Amino acid sequence: MAISTSIWIWISALLTLAIYSFLYKDNPFYKFAEYLLVGISIGYGISVYWHNTIITKVYNPLVHDKDFLVIIPLLLGLLMFSRFFKNYSHLSRIPIAFIVGAGTGLSIPSSFEFLFKQVQGTMPTAFTIGNLIIIIGVITTLIYFFFSMEHKGFIGKVSRVGITFIMIAFGAAFGYTIMARISLFIGRIQFLLSDWLGIIK
Amino acid sequence: MLKGKNIPLAITFTVGLIMIVSFFIPHRPFGDIEQISLKWYSIIAGFTMLLGVDSLLGLHFRKVKRKEENWIHSIVLIAGFVMVVIAGVWGTIQYGSAFDERSFFTYIYNYFIVPLQSTMFSLLAFFVASAAYRAFRARNVDAALLLITAIIVMLGRVPVGELISPYLPKFTDWIMEVPQMAAKRGIGLGIYLGALGVSIRIILGIERSYLS
Repeated sequence: MAISTSIWIWISALLTLAIYSFLYKDNPFYKFAEYLLVGISIGYGISVYWHNTIITKVYNPLVHDKDFLVIIPLLLGLLMFSRFFKNYSHLSRIPIAFIVGAGTGLSIPSSFEFLFKQVQGTMPTAFTIGNLIIIIGVITTLIYFFFSMEHKGFIGKVSRVGITFIMIAFGAAFGYTIMARISLFIGRIQFLLSDWLGIIK
Repeated sequence: MLKGKNIPLAITFTVGLIMIVSFFIPHRPFGDIEQISLKWYSIIAGFTMLLGVDSLLGLHFRKVKRKEENWIHSIVLIAGFVMVVIAGVWGTIQYGSAFDERSFFTYIYNYFIVPLQSTMFSLLAFFVASAAYRAFRARNVDAALLLITAIIVMLGRVPVGELISPYLPKFTDWIMEVPQMAAKRGIGLGIYLGALGVSIRIILGIERSYLS
Protein backbone atom coordinates (compact mmCIF):
# COMPACT_ATOMS: atom_id res chain seq x y z
CA MET A 1 0.00 0.00 0.00
CA ALA A 2 1.12 3.56 -0.71
CA ILE A 3 0.47 6.95 0.78
CA SER A 4 -2.96 8.32 -0.11
CA THR A 5 -3.34 10.70 -3.04
CA SER A 6 -6.85 11.77 -2.10
CA ILE A 7 -7.09 15.41 -1.07
CA TRP A 8 -9.96 14.52 1.28
CA ILE A 9 -7.90 11.90 3.14
CA TRP A 10 -5.11 14.43 3.46
CA ILE A 11 -7.48 17.04 4.87
CA SER A 12 -8.83 14.53 7.41
CA ALA A 13 -5.33 13.40 8.36
CA LEU A 14 -3.97 16.91 8.82
CA LEU A 15 -7.00 17.91 10.88
CA THR A 16 -6.54 14.78 13.00
CA LEU A 17 -2.89 15.66 13.62
CA ALA A 18 -3.82 19.27 14.35
CA ILE A 19 -6.14 18.07 17.15
CA TYR A 20 -3.55 15.63 18.53
CA SER A 21 -0.95 18.40 18.60
CA PHE A 22 -2.78 19.57 21.74
CA LEU A 23 -1.23 16.61 23.56
CA TYR A 24 2.04 18.52 23.41
CA LYS A 25 0.55 21.90 24.29
CA ASP A 26 -2.07 24.40 23.15
CA ASN A 27 -1.03 25.75 19.76
CA PRO A 28 -2.43 27.61 16.72
CA PHE A 29 -2.96 24.36 14.73
CA TYR A 30 -5.17 22.94 17.46
CA LYS A 31 -7.04 26.22 17.78
CA PHE A 32 -7.61 26.27 14.01
CA ALA A 33 -9.08 22.75 14.05
CA GLU A 34 -11.12 23.49 17.17
CA TYR A 35 -12.72 26.66 15.78
CA LEU A 36 -13.26 24.99 12.42
CA LEU A 37 -15.08 22.12 14.13
CA VAL A 38 -17.40 24.53 15.93
CA GLY A 39 -18.07 26.51 12.74
CA ILE A 40 -18.82 23.57 10.49
CA SER A 41 -20.80 21.76 13.20
CA ILE A 42 -23.23 24.65 13.65
CA GLY A 43 -23.38 25.07 9.86
CA TYR A 44 -24.20 21.38 9.56
CA GLY A 45 -26.82 21.64 12.32
CA ILE A 46 -28.52 24.57 10.61
CA SER A 47 -28.47 22.77 7.24
CA VAL A 48 -29.98 19.63 8.76
CA TYR A 49 -32.69 21.72 10.45
CA TRP A 50 -33.38 23.53 7.19
CA HIS A 51 -33.67 20.30 5.25
CA ASN A 52 -35.48 18.12 7.80
CA THR A 53 -37.78 20.71 9.28
CA ILE A 54 -38.23 23.83 7.18
CA ILE A 55 -38.32 22.04 3.80
CA THR A 56 -39.94 18.77 4.92
CA LYS A 57 -42.38 20.03 7.55
CA VAL A 58 -43.08 23.60 6.42
CA TYR A 59 -42.29 24.24 2.74
CA ASN A 60 -43.55 20.96 1.27
CA PRO A 61 -46.85 20.85 3.21
CA LEU A 62 -47.45 24.55 2.52
CA VAL A 63 -46.60 24.59 -1.19
CA HIS A 64 -47.51 21.08 -2.32
CA ASP A 65 -50.30 20.07 0.10
CA LYS A 66 -51.73 23.56 0.72
CA ASP A 67 -51.60 22.85 4.48
CA PHE A 68 -51.80 26.41 5.79
CA LEU A 69 -51.78 25.23 9.40
CA VAL A 70 -47.96 25.10 9.34
CA ILE A 71 -47.89 28.89 9.13
CA ILE A 72 -48.80 28.99 12.84
CA PRO A 73 -45.62 27.27 14.18
CA LEU A 74 -43.61 29.27 11.65
CA LEU A 75 -44.99 32.52 13.05
CA LEU A 76 -44.56 31.26 16.61
CA GLY A 77 -40.95 30.42 15.80
CA LEU A 78 -40.37 33.86 14.33
CA LEU A 79 -41.74 35.35 17.56
CA MET A 80 -38.55 34.08 19.21
CA PHE A 81 -36.74 36.92 17.46
CA SER A 82 -38.94 39.46 19.23
CA ARG A 83 -36.33 39.21 22.01
CA PHE A 84 -34.22 41.59 19.97
CA PHE A 85 -36.86 44.33 20.21
CA LYS A 86 -37.25 45.73 23.70
CA ASN A 87 -40.92 46.70 23.34
CA TYR A 88 -41.94 43.32 21.94
CA SER A 89 -39.59 40.98 23.80
CA HIS A 90 -42.48 39.63 25.92
CA LEU A 91 -43.90 37.97 22.79
CA SER A 92 -41.01 35.50 22.78
CA ARG A 93 -42.61 33.91 25.88
CA ILE A 94 -45.36 32.44 23.70
CA PRO A 95 -43.20 30.04 21.64
CA ILE A 96 -41.11 29.27 24.74
CA ALA A 97 -44.33 28.40 26.62
CA PHE A 98 -45.33 26.09 23.78
CA ILE A 99 -41.96 24.30 23.77
CA VAL A 100 -41.87 23.97 27.56
CA GLY A 101 -45.49 22.76 27.64
CA ALA A 102 -44.88 20.14 24.97
CA GLY A 103 -41.60 19.05 26.55
CA THR A 104 -43.01 18.66 30.03
CA GLY A 105 -46.21 17.07 28.71
CA LEU A 106 -44.14 14.49 26.89
CA SER A 107 -41.86 13.88 29.85
CA ILE A 108 -44.62 13.14 32.39
CA PRO A 109 -45.97 9.93 30.81
CA SER A 110 -42.49 8.79 29.79
CA SER A 111 -41.24 9.39 33.35
CA PHE A 112 -44.09 7.29 34.73
CA GLU A 113 -43.32 4.60 32.17
CA PHE A 114 -39.67 4.57 33.15
CA LEU A 115 -40.42 4.49 36.88
CA PHE A 116 -42.88 1.60 36.57
CA LYS A 117 -40.55 -0.37 34.30
CA GLN A 118 -37.60 0.09 36.64
CA VAL A 119 -39.64 -0.92 39.68
CA GLN A 120 -40.97 -3.90 37.74
CA GLY A 121 -37.42 -4.84 36.75
CA THR A 122 -36.31 -4.67 40.36
CA MET A 123 -39.05 -7.03 41.54
CA PRO A 124 -37.49 -10.51 41.64
CA THR A 125 -39.01 -13.28 39.53
CA ALA A 126 -36.81 -15.84 41.28
CA PHE A 127 -34.85 -15.81 44.49
CA THR A 128 -31.18 -15.49 43.59
CA ILE A 129 -28.23 -13.76 45.20
CA GLY A 130 -28.04 -11.39 42.22
CA ASN A 131 -31.69 -10.34 42.59
CA LEU A 132 -31.19 -9.77 46.32
CA ILE A 133 -28.14 -7.59 45.66
CA ILE A 134 -30.13 -5.57 43.08
CA ILE A 135 -32.95 -4.93 45.57
CA ILE A 136 -30.49 -3.91 48.29
CA GLY A 137 -28.56 -1.75 45.82
CA VAL A 138 -31.64 0.10 44.54
CA ILE A 139 -33.05 0.76 48.02
CA THR A 140 -29.74 1.85 49.56
CA THR A 141 -28.94 4.10 46.58
CA LEU A 142 -32.35 5.76 46.88
CA ILE A 143 -31.81 6.25 50.61
CA TYR A 144 -28.41 7.82 49.96
CA PHE A 145 -30.13 10.45 47.78
CA PHE A 146 -32.92 11.01 50.30
CA PHE A 147 -31.84 14.14 52.09
CA SER A 148 -35.02 14.78 54.09
CA MET A 149 -33.55 12.60 56.83
CA GLU A 150 -30.20 13.13 58.45
CA HIS A 151 -27.73 10.42 57.46
CA LYS A 152 -27.02 9.24 60.99
CA GLY A 153 -27.51 5.96 62.84
CA PHE A 154 -29.31 3.27 60.83
CA ILE A 155 -29.98 5.60 57.88
CA GLY A 156 -26.30 6.57 57.88
CA LYS A 157 -25.23 2.92 57.72
CA VAL A 158 -27.72 2.17 54.95
CA SER A 159 -26.58 5.19 52.92
CA ARG A 160 -22.96 4.00 53.34
CA VAL A 161 -23.97 0.79 51.57
CA GLY A 162 -25.62 2.99 48.94
CA ILE A 163 -22.35 4.87 48.39
CA THR A 164 -20.58 1.55 47.81
CA PHE A 165 -23.03 0.66 45.04
CA ILE A 166 -22.79 4.15 43.56
CA MET A 167 -18.99 3.96 43.50
CA ILE A 168 -19.12 0.62 41.70
CA ALA A 169 -21.55 2.10 39.15
CA PHE A 170 -19.39 5.19 38.63
CA GLY A 171 -16.29 3.04 38.29
CA ALA A 172 -18.00 0.88 35.67
CA ALA A 173 -19.26 3.98 33.81
CA PHE A 174 -15.79 5.49 33.99
CA GLY A 175 -14.17 2.32 32.66
CA TYR A 176 -16.67 2.21 29.82
CA THR A 177 -16.05 5.86 28.94
CA ILE A 178 -12.29 5.32 28.82
CA MET A 179 -12.77 2.22 26.66
CA ALA A 180 -15.04 4.11 24.25
CA ARG A 181 -12.49 6.91 23.93
CA ILE A 182 -9.63 4.47 23.43
CA SER A 183 -11.67 2.72 20.77
CA LEU A 184 -12.04 6.08 18.98
CA PHE A 185 -8.29 6.67 19.37
CA ILE A 186 -7.52 3.27 17.81
CA GLY A 187 -9.86 4.18 14.96
CA ARG A 188 -8.00 7.44 14.32
CA ILE A 189 -4.57 5.76 14.45
CA GLN A 190 -5.84 3.09 12.05
CA PHE A 191 -7.03 5.85 9.74
CA LEU A 192 -3.66 7.60 9.84
CA LEU A 193 -1.59 4.44 9.35
CA SER A 194 -3.88 2.71 6.88
CA ASP A 195 -6.00 5.20 4.88
CA TRP A 196 -3.47 8.02 4.89
CA LEU A 197 0.05 6.56 5.07
CA GLY A 198 -0.76 3.07 3.83
CA ILE A 199 1.63 1.50 6.32
CA ILE A 200 -0.82 -1.11 7.56
CA LYS A 201 -3.62 -2.93 5.74
CA MET B 1 -52.63 41.35 28.42
CA LEU B 2 -49.88 39.88 26.26
CA LYS B 3 -47.24 41.46 28.46
CA GLY B 4 -48.32 39.36 31.44
CA LYS B 5 -47.51 35.73 32.03
CA ASN B 6 -51.08 34.42 31.98
CA ILE B 7 -51.26 33.62 28.27
CA PRO B 8 -47.89 31.78 28.19
CA LEU B 9 -48.90 29.87 31.34
CA ALA B 10 -52.22 28.92 29.74
CA ILE B 11 -50.38 27.74 26.61
CA THR B 12 -47.98 25.63 28.68
CA PHE B 13 -50.86 24.11 30.63
CA THR B 14 -52.97 23.35 27.54
CA VAL B 15 -50.15 21.92 25.42
CA GLY B 16 -48.82 19.90 28.35
CA LEU B 17 -52.26 18.52 29.11
CA ILE B 18 -52.84 17.56 25.46
CA MET B 19 -49.57 15.64 25.43
CA ILE B 20 -50.44 13.77 28.63
CA VAL B 21 -54.02 12.97 27.59
CA SER B 22 -52.98 11.83 24.11
CA PHE B 23 -50.47 9.41 25.66
CA PHE B 24 -53.27 7.63 27.51
CA ILE B 25 -55.92 8.12 24.78
CA PRO B 26 -54.04 7.83 21.48
CA HIS B 27 -57.29 7.96 19.47
CA ARG B 28 -59.05 10.79 17.62
CA PRO B 29 -58.99 13.67 18.24
CA PHE B 30 -56.14 13.47 20.79
CA GLY B 31 -53.84 11.35 18.64
CA ASP B 32 -54.10 13.83 15.76
CA ILE B 33 -53.64 16.82 18.03
CA GLU B 34 -50.56 15.18 19.53
CA GLN B 35 -49.06 14.60 16.08
CA ILE B 36 -49.69 18.21 15.07
CA SER B 37 -48.25 19.47 18.37
CA LEU B 38 -45.11 17.37 17.92
CA LYS B 39 -44.67 18.73 14.40
CA TRP B 40 -45.12 22.28 15.66
CA TYR B 41 -42.72 21.54 18.52
CA SER B 42 -39.95 20.48 16.14
CA ILE B 43 -40.48 23.57 13.96
CA ILE B 44 -40.53 26.04 16.85
CA ALA B 45 -37.65 24.34 18.70
CA GLY B 46 -35.46 24.84 15.62
CA PHE B 47 -35.81 28.58 15.97
CA THR B 48 -34.13 28.36 19.37
CA MET B 49 -31.16 26.86 17.53
CA LEU B 50 -31.21 29.83 15.13
CA LEU B 51 -31.11 32.15 18.15
CA GLY B 52 -28.10 30.26 19.48
CA VAL B 53 -26.31 30.44 16.14
CA ASP B 54 -27.08 34.14 15.89
CA SER B 55 -25.61 34.67 19.35
CA LEU B 56 -22.46 32.65 18.58
CA LEU B 57 -21.82 34.26 15.22
CA GLY B 58 -22.54 37.71 16.67
CA LEU B 59 -19.90 37.08 19.35
CA HIS B 60 -17.28 36.04 16.80
CA PHE B 61 -18.11 38.90 14.42
CA ARG B 62 -17.57 41.29 17.32
CA LYS B 63 -14.24 39.59 18.14
CA VAL B 64 -13.11 40.07 14.54
CA LYS B 65 -14.34 43.65 14.41
CA ARG B 66 -12.52 44.59 17.62
CA LYS B 67 -9.52 42.40 16.79
CA GLU B 68 -9.75 40.70 20.18
CA GLU B 69 -7.59 37.74 21.21
CA ASN B 70 -7.82 34.79 18.75
CA TRP B 71 -9.81 36.90 16.29
CA ILE B 72 -8.15 35.08 13.37
CA HIS B 73 -9.60 31.83 14.67
CA SER B 74 -13.00 33.49 14.83
CA ILE B 75 -12.65 34.06 11.08
CA VAL B 76 -12.02 30.31 10.70
CA LEU B 77 -15.21 29.59 12.64
CA ILE B 78 -17.30 31.98 10.56
CA ALA B 79 -15.71 30.73 7.31
CA GLY B 80 -16.41 27.12 8.33
CA PHE B 81 -20.05 27.97 9.02
CA VAL B 82 -20.49 29.84 5.73
CA MET B 83 -18.73 27.06 3.78
CA VAL B 84 -21.09 24.38 5.11
CA VAL B 85 -24.24 26.45 4.57
CA ILE B 86 -23.19 27.28 0.99
CA ALA B 87 -22.32 23.61 0.41
CA GLY B 88 -25.78 22.64 1.68
CA VAL B 89 -27.55 25.09 -0.63
CA TRP B 90 -25.31 24.13 -3.54
CA GLY B 91 -25.90 20.42 -2.96
CA THR B 92 -29.66 21.00 -2.93
CA ILE B 93 -29.51 22.92 -6.20
CA GLN B 94 -27.14 20.51 -7.92
CA TYR B 95 -28.38 17.12 -6.72
CA GLY B 96 -31.83 17.83 -5.30
CA SER B 97 -30.60 17.11 -1.76
CA ALA B 98 -27.64 18.33 0.24
CA PHE B 99 -27.31 14.80 1.60
CA ASP B 100 -26.62 13.27 -1.79
CA GLU B 101 -23.41 11.25 -1.53
CA ARG B 102 -21.83 13.19 -4.44
CA SER B 103 -22.41 16.59 -2.84
CA PHE B 104 -19.66 18.68 -1.29
CA PHE B 105 -21.86 18.87 1.81
CA THR B 106 -21.56 15.09 2.33
CA TYR B 107 -17.81 15.30 1.75
CA ILE B 108 -17.57 17.97 4.46
CA TYR B 109 -19.42 15.69 6.83
CA ASN B 110 -17.29 12.63 6.03
CA TYR B 111 -13.88 14.28 5.85
CA PHE B 112 -14.18 17.25 8.22
CA ILE B 113 -16.85 16.67 10.85
CA VAL B 114 -16.41 12.90 11.43
CA PRO B 115 -12.60 12.93 11.84
CA LEU B 116 -12.59 16.16 13.84
CA GLN B 117 -15.27 14.97 16.23
CA SER B 118 -13.89 11.48 16.72
CA THR B 119 -10.36 12.85 17.21
CA MET B 120 -11.62 15.40 19.70
CA PHE B 121 -13.43 12.70 21.68
CA SER B 122 -10.47 10.32 21.49
CA LEU B 123 -8.29 13.12 22.86
CA LEU B 124 -10.42 13.00 25.99
CA ALA B 125 -9.13 9.47 26.67
CA PHE B 126 -5.76 10.95 27.65
CA PHE B 127 -7.19 13.76 29.73
CA VAL B 128 -9.82 11.63 31.46
CA ALA B 129 -7.15 9.06 32.31
CA SER B 130 -4.67 11.63 33.64
CA ALA B 131 -7.39 13.55 35.53
CA ALA B 132 -8.62 10.28 36.99
CA TYR B 133 -5.11 9.40 38.12
CA ARG B 134 -4.89 12.68 40.02
CA ALA B 135 -8.43 12.55 41.36
CA PHE B 136 -8.93 8.92 42.28
CA ARG B 137 -5.55 7.87 43.69
CA ALA B 138 -6.91 5.34 46.12
CA ARG B 139 -7.08 7.76 49.04
CA ASN B 140 -10.05 6.09 50.69
CA VAL B 141 -12.16 2.95 50.35
CA ASP B 142 -14.72 4.57 48.02
CA ALA B 143 -12.07 5.89 45.65
CA ALA B 144 -10.32 2.52 45.67
CA LEU B 145 -13.59 0.78 44.89
CA LEU B 146 -14.22 3.10 41.96
CA LEU B 147 -10.72 2.59 40.64
CA ILE B 148 -10.77 -1.20 41.00
CA THR B 149 -14.17 -1.47 39.31
CA ALA B 150 -12.99 0.72 36.43
CA ILE B 151 -9.86 -1.42 35.97
CA ILE B 152 -11.84 -4.68 36.09
CA VAL B 153 -14.41 -3.37 33.59
CA MET B 154 -11.69 -2.13 31.24
CA LEU B 155 -9.73 -5.39 31.40
CA GLY B 156 -12.85 -7.51 31.12
CA ARG B 157 -13.79 -5.87 27.85
CA VAL B 158 -10.53 -6.51 26.00
CA PRO B 159 -8.90 -9.79 24.86
CA VAL B 160 -6.04 -9.42 27.34
CA GLY B 161 -8.59 -9.68 30.15
CA GLU B 162 -9.46 -13.21 29.11
CA LEU B 163 -5.75 -14.04 28.95
CA ILE B 164 -5.30 -12.89 32.54
CA SER B 165 -8.24 -14.98 33.72
CA PRO B 166 -11.16 -16.56 31.89
CA TYR B 167 -13.36 -15.43 34.77
CA LEU B 168 -12.56 -11.73 34.29
CA PRO B 169 -15.03 -11.09 31.41
CA LYS B 170 -17.70 -13.02 33.32
CA PHE B 171 -17.01 -11.00 36.46
CA THR B 172 -17.23 -7.81 34.38
CA ASP B 173 -20.62 -8.92 33.07
CA TRP B 174 -21.75 -9.62 36.62
CA ILE B 175 -20.64 -6.14 37.76
CA MET B 176 -22.57 -4.57 34.88
CA GLU B 177 -25.70 -6.64 35.42
CA VAL B 178 -25.94 -6.61 39.21
CA PRO B 179 -24.28 -3.89 41.36
CA GLN B 180 -23.90 -1.39 38.52
CA MET B 181 -27.48 -1.99 37.41
CA ALA B 182 -28.76 -1.59 40.98
CA ALA B 183 -27.08 1.79 41.52
CA LYS B 184 -27.99 2.97 38.01
CA ARG B 185 -31.60 2.05 38.69
CA GLY B 186 -31.58 3.90 42.01
CA ILE B 187 -30.06 6.99 40.42
CA GLY B 188 -32.50 6.72 37.47
CA LEU B 189 -35.49 6.48 39.79
CA GLY B 190 -34.32 9.60 41.60
CA ILE B 191 -33.76 11.51 38.37
CA TYR B 192 -37.14 10.60 36.89
CA LEU B 193 -39.00 11.31 40.12
CA GLY B 194 -37.35 14.73 40.12
CA ALA B 195 -38.19 15.29 36.45
CA LEU B 196 -41.77 14.27 37.13
CA GLY B 197 -42.04 16.72 40.01
CA VAL B 198 -40.57 19.61 38.02
CA SER B 199 -42.79 18.82 35.00
CA ILE B 200 -45.94 18.85 37.13
CA ARG B 201 -44.86 22.14 38.73
CA ILE B 202 -44.28 23.67 35.30
CA ILE B 203 -47.59 22.53 33.85
CA LEU B 204 -49.50 23.76 36.88
CA GLY B 205 -47.74 27.12 36.65
CA ILE B 206 -45.97 26.84 40.02
CA GLU B 207 -42.54 26.89 38.40
CA ARG B 208 -42.34 29.99 36.17
CA SER B 209 -38.63 30.74 35.96
CA TYR B 210 -38.55 29.84 32.24
CA LEU B 211 -40.75 32.87 31.54
CA SER B 212 -38.54 35.45 33.24
